[in-house]
Amino acid sequence: MASLVGSRVERKEDKKLLTGRGKYTADVTFAHQTYAYFVRSPHARAQIKNIDTSKAEKSSGVVAVLTGKDIANDKIGGLIAGWRIKSEDGSDMKVPAHPPLASESVNYVGDHVAVVIAESLDEARNAADLVKVDYKVLKAVVKTDQAMDSENIYKDIPKNLCFDWLLGDREKVKEAFDKADKIIKIDLINNRLIPNAMEPRAANADYNPSTEEITLYTTSQNPHLARIIISAFNGVAPENKLRVIAPDVGGGFGSKIYPYAEEVVCSWASKKIERPVKWVADRTESFLSDCHGRDHVTHAELAVKNDGTFLGFKNETIANIGAYASVFATVTPTYLFGPCATGVYKMPAAYSNVKAVYTNTAPVDAYRGAGRPEATYTIETLVEKAARELGMDPAEIRMKNFPTEFPFQQTLVHSVDSGDYNAGLKKAMEVGDYKGFEKRKNESASRGKLRGIGFCSYFEACGIAPSAVVMSLGCGIGLWESAEVRFNPTGNVTVFTGSHSHGQGHDTTFAQIAADRLGVPLENIEISHGDTDKGPFGYGTYGSRSLTVGGTAIVKACDKIVAKGKKVAAKMLEVNESEVEFKDGEFIVAKSNKKKTIGEVAFACYLPGTYGEVKSPLPEGEEPGLKETSFFDPGNFSFPAGSHICEVEVDPETGNTEVVKYTAVDDFGTIINPLIVEGQVHGGLAQGIGQALYENCHYDDSGQLVTASYMDYTMPRADNFPEFNLGFTCTPATSNPLGTKGCGEAGAIAAPPAVMNAVMNAVGTEVSMPATAEKVWKACQKMNKSNSKAA
Amino acid sequence: MKTFNYHSTKDVKEATKLASSSSAFLAGGMTTLPSMKLGLASYKDIIDIKRIKKLSGIKASGKSVTIGSTTKHAEVANSKEVKKAIPSLAALAEGIGDPQVRNRGTIGGSIANNDPSADYPSACIALNATIHTNNRKISADKFFTGMFETSLKKGELIEAIEFQIPEKSCYQKYPNPASRYAIVGVYVAKHKSDVNVAVTGAKACVYNEKSIASALSKNFSSSSLDSVKISSSGMNSDIHASADYRANMVKVFAKKAVDAC
Repeated sequence: MASLVGSRVERKEDKKLLTGRGKYTADVTFAHQTYAYFVRSPHARAQIKNIDTSKAEKSSGVVAVLTGKDIANDKIGGLIAGWRIKSEDGSDMKVPAHPPLASESVNYVGDHVAVVIAESLDEARNAADLVKVDYKVLKAVVKTDQAMDSENIYKDIPKNLCFDWLLGDREKVKEAFDKADKIIKIDLINNRLIPNAMEPRAANADYNPSTEEITLYTTSQNPHLARIIISAFNGVAPENKLRVIAPDVGGGFGSKIYPYAEEVVCSWASKKIERPVKWVADRTESFLSDCHGRDHVTHAELAVKNDGTFLGFKNETIANIGAYASVFATVTPTYLFGPCATGVYKMPAAYSNVKAVYTNTAPVDAYRGAGRPEATYTIETLVEKAARELGMDPAEIRMKNFPTEFPFQQTLVHSVDSGDYNAGLKKAMEVGDYKGFEKRKNESASRGKLRGIGFCSYFEACGIAPSAVVMSLGCGIGLWESAEVRFNPTGNVTVFTGSHSHGQGHDTTFAQIAADRLGVPLENIEISHGDTDKGPFGYGTYGSRSLTVGGTAIVKACDKIVAKGKKVAAKMLEVNESEVEFKDGEFIVAKSNKKKTIGEVAFACYLPGTYGEVKSPLPEGEEPGLKETSFFDPGNFSFPAGSHICEVEVDPETGNTEVVKYTAVDDFGTIINPLIVEGQVHGGLAQGIGQALYENCHYDDSGQLVTASYMDYTMPRADNFPEFNLGFTCTPATSNPLGTKGCGEAGAIAAPPAVMNAVMNAVGTEVSMPATAEKVWKACQKMNKSNSKAA
Repeated sequence: MKTFNYHSTKDVKEATKLASSSSAFLAGGMTTLPSMKLGLASYKDIIDIKRIKKLSGIKASGKSVTIGSTTKHAEVANSKEVKKAIPSLAALAEGIGDPQVRNRGTIGGSIANNDPSADYPSACIALNATIHTNNRKISADKFFTGMFETSLKKGELIEAIEFQIPEKSCYQKYPNPASRYAIVGVYVAKHKSDVNVAVTGAKACVYNEKSIASALSKNFSSSSLDSVKISSSGMNSDIHASADYRANMVKVFAKKAVDAC
């Protein structure tokens, strides 16, 4: 049987999703449905003096108007920060209370103040206009780099500082810098982004008063985590009385990893009014209240020798985490950022110092790449600057500092199990025709355009993650994954996974793995996910972990199935178990024609006896049925790596910048489905190029979100991209039996520095992200002036 | 969205009779409907004029092209008459919004709304257009009076727009990367006796950039603009482009338009 692993199987889920037959949370409507509309703060920072709901309560169709007082009276817990970070001085991070509905103060535009529940959405919305909130408006803290010098938002959090974290050794770094021939310095801003999943967030909670159970449909990347948080921390219902279903979900990019106030409020309100409560965000609400991404202000330095050898690296970063510490807000700029900030290089000494600050803006949390794009942008723009200042080729300086022996103990945390960074960069230069660049540059110049080239070599730590490691670093949860493989009596298979697909293609990739492992045709395998009542607990999908951690759990469960199958087959074939081999879906007795298919064995497991033609007594002591569960906790992170080369063309008259050539060569270890992997790379690149050239979340000085619609927030479109040239190298991961490393975040990690290095190469001076036409035009003007002065 | 009365009529007189201070005419609805959905606008009466036949269609004579007010952008973009008489006008229509917008949005709706970044107002100014309403004719230079404001009176309905056919013309715009409305759009038209350089996106309202127009009427070439200086005073400034940038782009795009004429 030909192996399915490695083949370009078309996505099984696409027919449903592309023909409008997907089932999303907004598609779910219960009998006696009610509709929720949230009253949100129009101010970035204010005290709530009074809330008058009397008019709204009398408005047509209104069932209930609930406020922070109600939620406090019912002792519903606040939203949580899931990862405890300690400051350099050993003190714990400082976290403000985050009630699902505010009662004392509001802290960003869009903060939840009250909820109106009515018979229809229009009635809820109209009544929401009648909720009168008396605010005392206070001066907002908005800018990342000014937060520590501004008024305290919370009286017990001085300097608006959540933590001041250090990873690395300041002394060693100082020694390294003292020995340097040259110190390369850079100041940069990692622009704030709004995730913009295609499907807005939504929740529909249905409380059944007779069983006291709540069924919550929600747009989650992680329904099991939603259940445990809403149950154990918010205290809405015990876990056994709360079923969370994340049906088809239209993209998450990190913004749907954890529950928000709306899911908690809908669940609680449904219990309170004993009717189902449905909320679907409109696009404006998504802009205002989905957790945003990035938002770092960084100063970094690289100590080098004149021959290009790196001696040390340091990085001082202020990370804006918004008004409240969201679930993974504190790990994103620390352990997901700091360890990767030294890049793919041998770096004898390094430290990362991160100050996380509160501001009166929407909470900031993990967004595709989470910390690693920020790290890679820092080191890769710095390395390119070093190459410029030392007069070295950007590829040469990289290769000079690549490790060549694996496992490679990276400077700050990770032991990288496998990789070949030279091979990746060389292949990228080949695929991207680096040699031909000068010719292309001259051709662009003949049309009055400036052509630039930029490199990025990256590695990242994903496949998160070994529970023991992350818990020792402050993580409040384990990060293993589960699978249950269930043979149905007629021989087809349902695989339950604790991870969740919201665009990644698990229905296909996971089925390929199980099909190969069990020798069952692909079409006989169904993947089930997203329902806490089906299959075992799991930790969901993010951090490029599903295949590496979740896929491995499936492999292990399949292996258990085969192990039991062998015993049953041996009994059926009347031989010793040791004589039975399993291959391509058949249990075979060597050197004989005796065999049983796995389907026959499954059937026997469900009919364990003798009945007419059926003769399938199980071995003594063996339980009937054929279903196995496995939990996999990885021994290490996985470390995808690669080299990307971008070429841009700049129109110096307008500053308009176009990506004209993009080459990505990635090492994702073993690739299960190249078609899906290429799609993941394309999507990541779109977001990475989007960050570099287009996307920018902008708050004005009063904390109003200016980019609150697609009129002002530039989502990149298909015509913003060239055809991508993709290539792959492969060094299998050693930390999982599949050898996979994860591919979902690579594009978003590698593209911003590759694009920005190309822009800076084209115009000859530094430009910040996003490189809008006006910024690039100004840079061109500046260079024109300095060139004419020089002449 | 707040509730409203919906009227659909086949007759201009009836439509104007229904109009009041709390009504709006509805053609393509590309601005009216989103504004209502977002709660930025609400009306007691919506008067749908799409079924009034005489308001739609394109007629060309030797001197002018007349386009009915409910004619859709896609119809203008694909019209053989427009492509032949004023190709730049067809190209402008082809560059508005996206296919969905072009198949719903109408020329009358666009100029009545007078969005400071809309494309059509620049065509009206550059092509010495006459706006025909249900009771008078208004020349384009008197029609656009300010940001989202026109000289239309309450209940007055645009019936058609008559464009003068120029000797040469071209429209060039730099689209806002997010909305794809013009950050700066420049419509250059050379007529027998004059040159118009209509600029949209740059200021609160479309205007004729006289300094460029007068340079071009002496010498219709992009090099004649080298010494022209555009002041940034009165230019829009927002997160997408500063006033200085816009001032520079007016000249850059005027040159591009002249070169492409």
